[in-house]
Amino acid sequence: MDFNDTPEEAAFRAEARAWLEANAPKKYEAGADLEGGDSMAASKAWQAKKAAAAYAQITWPKEWGGAGGTPIQQVIFNQEEANFPVPGNPFQIGLGMCVPTVATFCDQATKDRFVGPALRGEEIWCQLFSEPSGGSDVAAARTKAVRAPDGSGDWIISGQKVWTTGAQFSDFGIVVTRTNPDAPKHKGLTMFWVDMHDPGIAVKPIHQMSGGSGFNEVFFTDVRVKDSQRVGAVDDGWRVSLVTLMNERLAVGGPSGTGWAEFLEAARSVPGLDGAPAIKDRALREKLADWYVATEGLKHTRNRTMTALSRGQTPGPESSIGKVVTALQMQDLGNTAVEMLDQYGIINDPALAPLHAAFHGSVMFAPGLRIAGGTDEILKNIIAERVLGLPGDIRVDKDVPFKDMPTGR
Amino acid sequence: MNFDFSDDQKFLKSEARKFLEANCSTARVRGVLDDDGKAYDEALWKAVAEQGWLGAAIPEQYGGLGLGYLELCVIAEELGRAVVPIPFASTVYFVAEAVALAGTEEQKAWLLPKVAAGEIIGCLATSEGPGPVTAGAIKTTVKDGRISGEKVPVTDGDIANVALVLAKENGKPALFSVYLDGEGVTRETLGTLDPTRDAAKLTFKDAPAIRLGEAGQGMEILEQVLDRAAILLSFEQCGGADRCLELAKAYALERYAFGRVIASYQAIKHKLADIYVKNELARSNAYYGAWALNTNAAELPLAASAARIAASEAFWFAAKENIQTHGGIGFTWEMDCHLFYRRSRQLALVAGAPRVWKERLVSHLERRNAA
Repeated sequence: MDFNDTPEEAAFRAEARAWLEANAPKKYEAGADLEGGDSMAASKAWQAKKAAAAYAQITWPKEWGGAGGTPIQQVIFNQEEANFPVPGNPFQIGLGMCVPTVATFCDQATKDRFVGPALRGEEIWCQLFSEPSGGSDVAAARTKAVRAPDGSGDWIISGQKVWTTGAQFSDFGIVVTRTNPDAPKHKGLTMFWVDMHDPGIAVKPIHQMSGGSGFNEVFFTDVRVKDSQRVGAVDDGWRVSLVTLMNERLAVGGPSGTGWAEFLEAARSVPGLDGAPAIKDRALREKLADWYVATEGLKHTRNRTMTALSRGQTPGPESSIGKVVTALQMQDLGNTAVEMLDQYGIINDPALAPLHAAFHGSVMFAPGLRIAGGTDEILKNIIAERVLGLPGDIRVDKDVPFKDMPTGR
Repeated sequence: MNFDFSDDQKFLKSEARKFLEANCSTARVRGVLDDDGKAYDEALWKAVAEQGWLGAAIPEQYGGLGLGYLELCVIAEELGRAVVPIPFASTVYFVAEAVALAGTEEQKAWLLPKVAAGEIIGCLATSEGPGPVTAGAIKTTVKDGRISGEKVPVTDGDIANVALVLAKENGKPALFSVYLDGEGVTRETLGTLDPTRDAAKLTFKDAPAIRLGEAGQGMEILEQVLDRAAILLSFEQCGGADRCLELAKAYALERYAFGRVIASYQAIKHKLADIYVKNELARSNAYYGAWALNTNAAELPLAASAARIAASEAFWFAAKENIQTHGGIGFTWEMDCHLFYRRSRQLALVAGAPRVWKERLVSHLERRNAA
């Protein structure tokens, strides 16, 4: 038991580090965010460099422009890349989920058309799954696709998607549509790829409760697509979607945002109940210990996952626990830090609040993190069903034609 | 990255499980639970000694197998899973480890081979009453090589041959080895939450005592011993917690209510998922502790605190929610749920309560992340 690379891994790491030293930026670009403009140009330029050196998608086969490498090599490259101030990565949804799906289910010409530009960062993809009527219940999609009446075989897509990350700067997207409302919900879906520049597609940013706008609503108004844009068979879209979701990038990234160390720092400078620093408060110390233990637990769970990858094995189910723990902890830790400030805690002016109001930011962002990418409740269902093997929920909508399914508002 | 046990260690673990399934069923554990005159399972103790487990981490020169701490960790996990009614932790994690850590060559040569052979039972005597053990709370004293005072409770104090006792000499704490079958020692059996593990009050009156380690270094040595023991105990706790999850799952899958298995209700599914999450956090922290123990890393005190806190919380949560999942039948003497519930309390308290460890952890963090 150790934390060392194997000789092969160490060699790969050294190679990756040397390449990054020679090629990665040494300081952050001014105003680096993902809203477009200069920072997007920087992201695209960095992606092109990585693609040219076969570091963009290390596990992809060489004929796609990858390196034919292993998952552990991708993890090692990500670790090394994180040591450099590289621009944001708006390509991951496309490269990790959309493009592999298209490449799996579409013809060679389509694959040849899309793989290269996506890999080089020239084209960005988004994933159009969630809808206003179905967040956790993705298979309840209502956006419909019908055959064009002119007999061309084309399809006409109408409806609305929501919570689409990156739609505002995406060039293409994969969209799940309802093609057979007479079939039960899982059996009447079909997936298509669409050109996001189509005049029938309108993208509207969502104003989040936290103030930002990282996600979008996407409206489809009679968007006409060729039958050749179909991804997989007609009415087989649910199975295709599962392939997309399985392609999700291995979640072995580190924690982000405010954690126990930031809390410890803040608690040293804030007065506590009796005038001594808040860090001397026993109740806060207990919480600090709990957060540290959970954070370490997740870190070493990631190390177990990496070990499985290093040994060429499939990671165990323990890798599924991350977000349930981090999202709730972000909310609890942020709120405890804010309460520690007492009345002053209501101030979220970055010029006045500790750490430029980072704890306040956690409080306001945590509700979203507890929902995004699977709610706490859905993730617990997944652990219960896929890890522990408990029965699925009773599905009252399973054998009912979609059009007869009860709906709320 | 190689943050896992080796194939050989996993094989040892599966062999240990097979052995304990054959030799330590819960019916066997109940043999100690239901018999007030029985402090531990002597036959199992002998059998475990024959397996060599008592000396797994004891060097070969002292009669052990000389395997290492990672091997002892995988054995500990299986002992916890089986709720073993034997003085393994007292003898191996506390006494043998303390002597290996702080003993003289003579002390090691005397004690370690006897531990490895199963010829001696040890116990650690630090507490003198309610509340955490602190230097200020120690009233037991040693003068001219004779110890006087009371220690309560002492796990395995009833059956042990030798005790490591925290006492003051010239006003300063130190650890002393006391031969319990000799003069000046009286023992009084105590009723405890977990009757499958014995406990006693030990009263010393001018009993011969030999110091372990330097004079005045008792708290420092004790802290190191507890750190190392905490990691081994955390594996027992992980083993117990995982077993609770298995039992809860098995019952939830066979029990019907309102026309379907209760495992199909989200209230139960989410409860079991919560247990799983805590168990995995505990396991990952325990693994890190195992690495720190095996390499004697500088991070050992932090790793030990985290392992102990996570494992104590996980075993408690799994044990209580296992009973809850079982419903009424889980509250009966006949069901095994309470064996784990009792053991979860015993293990969480035997090396100091979680809140003491949380305080230690934060103190370590304050020093490490100095302002």
